[in-house]
Amino acid sequence: MIAELGLAALWMAAALAALQLLFGSLGLTARGQVLGQAVRPVAIVQGLLALLAFLCLVYVFAVTDLSVRLVALNSHSMKPLVFKIAGSWGNHEGSMLLWVTVMGMAGGFVALVERRLPERTMLATLAGQAFVSLGFYAFLLLASNPFERLSPAPVEGNGLNPLLQDLGLAFHPPTLYLGYVGLSIAFSFAIGALVTREVGPPFARAMRPWVLAAWIFLTVGIAAGSYWAYYELGWGGWWFWDPVENASLMPWLAATALLHSCSVLAARNALRAWTVMLGVVAFSMSMIGTFLVRSGILTSVHAFAVDPERGTFILALLAIYIGGALTLFGLRASTVSEGERFAPISRESALVFNNVMLSAILGIVLFGTLYPLVAESMGAKVSVGPPYFNPMSAIFAVPMLVVLAVGPLLRWRRDTFARVGKGLVIPAMLVVTGAIALVVIGGVSLLPFLGLALALGLAWASVLPLKGRNLRRTPLPIWGMVVAHFGIAVSLFGMSSESAFSVEKLVAVRIGDIVEVGPWGVKLDTVEPVAGPNWTALEARLLVRYGTNGKVTRMLPQSRSFWAPPQQTSESALLTRWNGQLYAVLGGEAPRANGTDADGRWQLRLWWKPFAPLIWLGGLLVALGGLLALVGHVASDLRRIVARGKIAYRRERQGR
Amino acid sequence: MSEDRGKAPRWAIWLPLALFAGFLALVMAGLFRPADRNVSSALVGKAMPRFDLPAALPGRPGLDSRALATGKPHLVNIFASWCVPCRVEAPQLGELARAGVPIQGISVRDTTENLQAFLAEHGDPFQRIGADDDGKVQLALGSSGVPETYVVDGKGTIVYQHIGEIRPEHVGFLLEKLKDAEQ
Repeated sequence: MIAELGLAALWMAAALAALQLLFGSLGLTARGQVLGQAVRPVAIVQGLLALLAFLCLVYVFAVTDLSVRLVALNSHSMKPLVFKIAGSWGNHEGSMLLWVTVMGMAGGFVALVERRLPERTMLATLAGQAFVSLGFYAFLLLASNPFERLSPAPVEGNGLNPLLQDLGLAFHPPTLYLGYVGLSIAFSFAIGALVTREVGPPFARAMRPWVLAAWIFLTVGIAAGSYWAYYELGWGGWWFWDPVENASLMPWLAATALLHSCSVLAARNALRAWTVMLGVVAFSMSMIGTFLVRSGILTSVHAFAVDPERGTFILALLAIYIGGALTLFGLRASTVSEGERFAPISRESALVFNNVMLSAILGIVLFGTLYPLVAESMGAKVSVGPPYFNPMSAIFAVPMLVVLAVGPLLRWRRDTFARVGKGLVIPAMLVVTGAIALVVIGGVSLLPFLGLALALGLAWASVLPLKGRNLRRTPLPIWGMVVAHFGIAVSLFGMSSESAFSVEKLVAVRIGDIVEVGPWGVKLDTVEPVAGPNWTALEARLLVRYGTNGKVTRMLPQSRSFWAPPQQTSESALLTRWNGQLYAVLGGEAPRANGTDADGRWQLRLWWKPFAPLIWLGGLLVALGGLLALVGHVASDLRRIVARGKIAYRRERQGR
Repeated sequence: MSEDRGKAPRWAIWLPLALFAGFLALVMAGLFRPADRNVSSALVGKAMPRFDLPAALPGRPGLDSRALATGKPHLVNIFASWCVPCRVEAPQLGELARAGVPIQGISVRDTTENLQAFLAEHGDPFQRIGADDDGKVQLALGSSGVPETYVVDGKGTIVYQHIGEIRPEHVGFLLEKLKDAEQ
């Protein structure tokens, strides 16, 4: 019953989206203006219906209604409740439903609160949002119905991939989705602005909170996903340049560029066409990323709904939306009037530089992700990995980071290096000192070397914009910028340190043996079986000690066997200290050497990763910076609305 | 770089669209090319691992891996009554059986009653069915899920592994593989 309710809600939401598109477009004409008034309420109800459908799906998963095909395929009655719920979006159909739900809710929210833009632009925006949603509703209802029934109902479900049965991961996809789909609002705003030719500071200010919010979710999602891959896969790495990771990185890069060009447009009314284009590109990257992952066209560790038919469907949607939006851009961009001018040395120029570099990195990542496909069409099977991505993106990332240190100190319109030069002496000295120190230590390869040296200077330079300000009166968005840029430095330091100084040991040890890893001594104490709700495991007890007289701490890595579906996973154990992380993975029993009875030895994989946690701490700081900026912008918008209300009220009282 | 940048040249405005068109062309080629995107199993080209499974149903022999080396190619199908895609592929297995292909089954973690009900409803193409109650043989075969189907030649060597359910469009391809295995 609940499943049918969900399906009905989904159909109704789709119908309302069609209505929203129709009324929104008619509302733009002179005769249809009355219809335009219905668009906002329709958008709100559409969002609520999509939410209802999603809640129905969560419900059937929570009670494990096996007569629903999706539940039977992806869930199991013996799973803990939280993973049952997470199972509702841990599969293709459910995640697409989450996608349209977020899209509908975001559109409804815009319809509810956004009143700064001319009503015509809003109509075009909401119509655009409905147009995009409609395609995804069609995709869900025609090609991947999540509420399909199964008759007869199986006795037991297939289970959820054990790798996904992890709390962090349960909430990772929704976070990323909020980011991906939040960008659809920027896309729709861009369409609305192009249709009505209203590109200007109000457009940028209306779009900015949405881009910021989506970008915060993307940042958190990427950081969390990377941390998940780090501790759950048990490979000791934190970024693999896997197509799915790239699929989340590309929208992030585009959104970061968009965020910066938005502030130029909002503050200085420059970079008009460029900002609109980035608005289109950012969400296009979300859709392209989703397509690449879902169509199974690229082989990936994440590939989950490998289905060429679905791929074709999404491809058609991509062609319509991205192709349509870019055509509209081509037709209208030349008529979007030129923005304000600025000198080569100015805040605007620094931001343009940042935008160009981010776009270049985006291009590098996109090309690297697609290259296996290009090669395959020429008959070769290749995979592209870190040897391509790391140096190629560094070519653009390093100059960008240098400009990042200088740019925030520059004034709008026109400035000179002489004015800001003094402030940069200390950061420059830090970079040089760091570089000399690294040369003395020796053995650090080029990229980590650059990263470590730059990170030191950048960390100092990033707080310079606060110099000479009254800290209590500094606007929140400035704080946000400082925190986010500082976060970049922190994360960069962590990445470089992890790559330069990690120590790895793969050993086969007997109970009681002691292994040295970097500054740690690790003793294998016991290996014992343990059982969980839907798995059994061998658990090793390691006693570890930092240095020669540190405190002894326990670590408990496990080698787990899930039985629904049957799969082996390694649960790594992590021990975090202020200066790094010790990472332990238990393999199986070591094979016997030369036929002698050498059993009782266990494979252990140990890493000491100096300052590795800074990678994710930095990521979270970046997101926190975004949050501060968002709160700052929204608060000042609210103040303006309240002030305007008060003025109107006073005027009314004075009878004017 | 800024002053002359105010207005982009006309062609630059169409550049994103052109790039996107290139992307579309590339992935269309990728999607519609009848390429084999199958991950080739490590076991392809190797002998079937040794196993001797007890009978899953009374009155039907179990599956001994030696029974596969009869000089004629076989299909070995890993299935289970609780597995939903196995229902989807049942008609295709029936079709293959009617075409004279000997099909041997390995039923994974199943009960006799469920198995009988499953075969009664969805057809029974199997000559022998071995009961793999703890999934050991499944793991030994390098199979990660149900259903999977192996083409085994007359000497007991695995020549092809099909992952997932057999769809109607796969039948011809499997028959071809079986024919190749005969030579």
